[in-house]
Amino acid sequence: MSPFTTQVIHLFAAVLLLIAFAMLAQRRIVALINLFALQGLALVGSTATVAWATGQRHLYWSAGITFALKVVLLPWLLHRLIRRLNVKWDVETLINIPTMMLVGIVLVVFAFNLALPISEFSQSIARGALGIALACVLMSFLMMITRSKAVPQVIGFLAMENGLFFAATSATYGMPMVVELGIALDVLVGMIILGVFMFQIREQFDSLDIHHLEKLKED
Amino acid sequence: MNLEGALGQLLALAVALLGAPLLSGWVSQCRAWLQNRRAPPLAMPFRTLHKLFWKESVVAHGASPMFRIAPYVVFACMALACMIVPMLSTNLPLAPAADAIALVGLFGVARLFISLAAMDIGTAFGSLGARREMLVGFLAEPAFLMVLFTASLISSSTSLATTVSALAHREFAILPSLAFAGLAFTMVSLAENARVPVDNPATHLELTMIHEALILEYSGRHLALMEWAASLKLFAYSCAGLAIFFPWGIAEARDHAALLWALPALVAKLAVGGFVLALIETILAKMRVFRVPEFLAAAFLLGVLALLVHLLLGA
Amino acid sequence: MGPLPELLAIDGVTVVVVAWLGLGLAGLAALHDTRVVGRVLFPLSALASLALAGFALMGLPGAPQVAVLAIGLPDLPFHLRLDALSAFFLALLGLASAGISVFAGGYFRQGEGTPPGLLCLHYHLFLAGMAMVMLADDAYAFMVTWEVMALASFFLVTTNHRIAEIRRAGFLYLLVAHVGAIAILLCFGVLQAGTGDYTFANMRAQSLSPFWASCAFGLALLGFGAKAGILPLHVWLPEAHPAAPSPVSALMSGVMLKTAVYGLVRVSFDLLGTPAWWWGVVALVVGLATAFFGVVFAAAQVDMKRLLAYSSIENVGLIVVGLGLAMVFAAYRMDALAALALAASLYHCLNHALFKSLLFLGTGCVLHATQERSLGRLGGLLRFMPWVGWTALAGVMAAAGLPPSNGFVSEWLLLQGFLFTGGLPNPYLRMLVPVFAAGVVLVAALAAYVMVKFYGVIFLGRPREEKLAHAHDAGGLERLGLAWLTAGCVLLGLFPVAVIEVIDPITFSLVGRGLAQSGHIGDWLLLAPVSAERASYSPLTFLVVTALIVVATIVLVRRFYHGRVRRAAPWDCGFPAQTARMQDTAEGFGQPIRQIFEPFYRMRRELPSPFDAAPRYRVEIEDPAWSAIYLRIAAATEAVSRAVGRLQRGRISIYLLYSFVTLVALLFLTQA
Repeated sequence: MSPFTTQVIHLFAAVLLLIAFAMLAQRRIVALINLFALQGLALVGSTATVAWATGQRHLYWSAGITFALKVVLLPWLLHRLIRRLNVKWDVETLINIPTMMLVGIVLVVFAFNLALPISEFSQSIARGALGIALACVLMSFLMMITRSKAVPQVIGFLAMENGLFFAATSATYGMPMVVELGIALDVLVGMIILGVFMFQIREQFDSLDIHHLEKLKED
Repeated sequence: MNLEGALGQLLALAVALLGAPLLSGWVSQCRAWLQNRRAPPLAMPFRTLHKLFWKESVVAHGASPMFRIAPYVVFACMALACMIVPMLSTNLPLAPAADAIALVGLFGVARLFISLAAMDIGTAFGSLGARREMLVGFLAEPAFLMVLFTASLISSSTSLATTVSALAHREFAILPSLAFAGLAFTMVSLAENARVPVDNPATHLELTMIHEALILEYSGRHLALMEWAASLKLFAYSCAGLAIFFPWGIAEARDHAALLWALPALVAKLAVGGFVLALIETILAKMRVFRVPEFLAAAFLLGVLALLVHLLLGA
Repeated sequence: MGPLPELLAIDGVTVVVVAWLGLGLAGLAALHDTRVVGRVLFPLSALASLALAGFALMGLPGAPQVAVLAIGLPDLPFHLRLDALSAFFLALLGLASAGISVFAGGYFRQGEGTPPGLLCLHYHLFLAGMAMVMLADDAYAFMVTWEVMALASFFLVTTNHRIAEIRRAGFLYLLVAHVGAIAILLCFGVLQAGTGDYTFANMRAQSLSPFWASCAFGLALLGFGAKAGILPLHVWLPEAHPAAPSPVSALMSGVMLKTAVYGLVRVSFDLLGTPAWWWGVVALVVGLATAFFGVVFAAAQVDMKRLLAYSSIENVGLIVVGLGLAMVFAAYRMDALAALALAASLYHCLNHALFKSLLFLGTGCVLHATQERSLGRLGGLLRFMPWVGWTALAGVMAAAGLPPSNGFVSEWLLLQGFLFTGGLPNPYLRMLVPVFAAGVVLVAALAAYVMVKFYGVIFLGRPREEKLAHAHDAGGLERLGLAWLTAGCVLLGLFPVAVIEVIDPITFSLVGRGLAQSGHIGDWLLLAPVSAERASYSPLTFLVVTALIVVATIVLVRRFYHGRVRRAAPWDCGFPAQTARMQDTAEGFGQPIRQIFEPFYRMRRELPSPFDAAPRYRVEIEDPAWSAIYLRIAAATEAVSRAVGRLQRGRISIYLLYSFVTLVALLFLTQA
């Protein structure tokens, strides 16, 4: 395993982290979808690199599926969705952005230290990347918490899956093909269900603000 | 300080003083080509400086000595900055006098004086310029320091000469931290040198300008010094960026053969850098002044992330 | 030399304190004679300050000296001790107060409210109290002198006691000071560990359990933090500093805040032994929050002394950050880096003492010359008050932390400390501590913004009021005081190695390592705290080369071209009708900061509508600590007192019943 491959994977990891921060700071939905597509692209790159370095054929397949699903299909669906829902200019975040950045930095350090014992145990090529993958998952979670509209929350959910996928490829050279296909299908189906769900919310409340869901609880 | 070192130092100063206006001229030439205009000659900035030096200096009534001393101080700060940044060789006797933090401090001194001078006359545009300049500065300065800190942590030294030779000597590796730092550095230097998308160096539309508003009251030799200082600043930033991110071709201490190659290497790197700058200025639009803090905060965050990525990945 | 000079230092300091008390009493004798008080007593006091600085610097490198004073209660005498730490802070007191006292001689006039003689007494009690706080070697002497200091400064703050606002500020100050004093008293109570012996020597000998040691540290941080202005105990600072006469503000901001820093260092590094690592983290977080808060609020102020008060909060925050860093390093036995951080912090104490005093004295001159404290009515004063203006520039550069001033050196050292944290064993700290450096850098850059606003609005531009054209420059004694402090700022900036050699014995005694003793501090010209390859800075070279280029440029431009100048009306893009009101006001200059950091402020804005005949724009900024903490405490206190007030019935038999019930309850308890 050449140090060069490790560096390239670290670079992709760093890009993923950067995009996670950018998503946390981004206020416009359109840009958020583009960032999500970009994150998928970085994921494809890192998966392909791992495949090339380890010579595992099935990783090429999963890179291809990732590309088709997360760089092309899902962003296209999301773009269509927001055009149909007409919610291009979402600007609301529940916490102001600098505070979120600070929390994000603390999360990164936390995630990295959490992953430290595991990555020391692992024999994989890019051990540092595991911490970053975990950080991406946590930050996507943070993004889901702090957004008040439904579409950014869905993007946060998808980005979280990206982080998990990255953790899988970098730490254990990917999961078995069947599992990966299953997950890809799950994401797609989940996306479609959430899309339908969003239309339902809007029909019910004339808005995509999930504050309205608070009305559904029993008093 | 030995004789050789002193000569090297003077050579660096001479290269900076002559090269800085040429770099500005080159950038505006590239810009003109990219925008399908006829380009001004490369030596145009020199002619402008010469013309301005001959003109008499018009000073407003009630200007205090602060107004008249500021161009000299700003010019001296920028010249000193060019002498500290390793551009041809890392063998600079003055380099130990000021490390990366002091370099940022030096730019800070220049900023303080240029802003105070702009407020001195007491015009509306002067104080507007001073306010905006400090606004850019208070975010750009920390972002720049974060970039330098990242390089310092990689080379475990804040001395620019040591940093540059350490970066030049390591074997080729992709460092994500340096990539982030490079991006942050590009954003900072656009802002600090009053370039699109933060400021437009060619503007004379009063309400949008930053740098031009600062030097609005200057004329004659004072204006010449300010303009020269501005081009020196661009030169110093470009050299600092090239030295940190593309450190190849810079001569080591007492390596005379390398010194011969250093100048062509520098010219080539600056030519490419200048073209990239012109390209950025052509494809981007100037942003609203109140978007500038967001732009610079992003640069600051990128710098912090670069630091963090270095600490996390050790790369 | 024999043992004689060793004894001299502490005796000399005591003599100076006695001399100050004598001068104060002499002031009482010449109660209403401004000439005697101003021309004789205050200059003499400045000489005493110089002597104090001399004695302290003499005693600094030597072994600790002790003395026992016969005053105090029977069997409870005052123990005094002069070691490196107290000598350093005494030198700080001497150097700063020398300039302030000379200035005060020219500053105080008739009609300040309190008669000049009484003022002189308060002033010297304050000085003597501060000196004795630094000498005290037992909790009893410390608390007594601490209270003397607090009370004397309270009277000084309320010099103009006829104004209700000033009385209110004074009361607030006294209240916070006493809350702090209680915490300090409790801290000493924990430190003596039940032995009943309140000397510091005994406290040093005790080894507390981690829990009690942390309690003591927390109480010390609270108690001394109240005096130093650490968030959220800072509220008295922006009220008291503008209220006090300027030399008093200078003394309080420059020196008294440092007594609190002294106390914090004394307790956490000396009396408690080795600090725990998480104390350092607490100090880092609190310090950075304080610094950030201070500078952001300073940017929004429109009263020049309030602005400086908030800037003092910022600087105290930076000092605490340095202490926190030193604690983290000391806890992990990284002595060289602990010494670096501690030295940076102490250096900043000294710098802040000088430049903040200088700036406060400058505002005093402006205040006397114009009767204005609001930045919105000043402007262009550099032309009418060149002495004040140019000396203030030195202070402004130091406060902005720009080279080659002294403020830059301490920030530089602090950042160096942050950059070499790679050896920390705790991975969280190793990664998070450099991120704190980002915060420190942001604060430093904002400080430059604040200082440009301060200087530009007061001294540059055109006068915003007619009467400013008649502003008079500082008088002779005032100039002497300003010049002394300016010289101090410049010299401390140019010869950092000499200063660090002075600080060295302190770091050696507190964290077991000095910077110079490790052999690589650099020579007198070049400051290189770790090694020359890692980092170096030479302010003198810096200044000389810059000055050379300036001179060469002037000469060359005149030689090859010309030096002609024509005076004309300002250009301003050809805008014809310009008035001084079109310049940026203080509100205007601070507006971008207000907009960026909007969530931190509590603002009330009155915007004029387009149809107003006389449009007025007003913005009021309130300290969020008030509504978040203080008003709630006040409300809670009132509620409790109302509940307790129900006990009051006005009938004698009910009161007797209370006594009876208490008696019976007590009897029952003693029986059980």
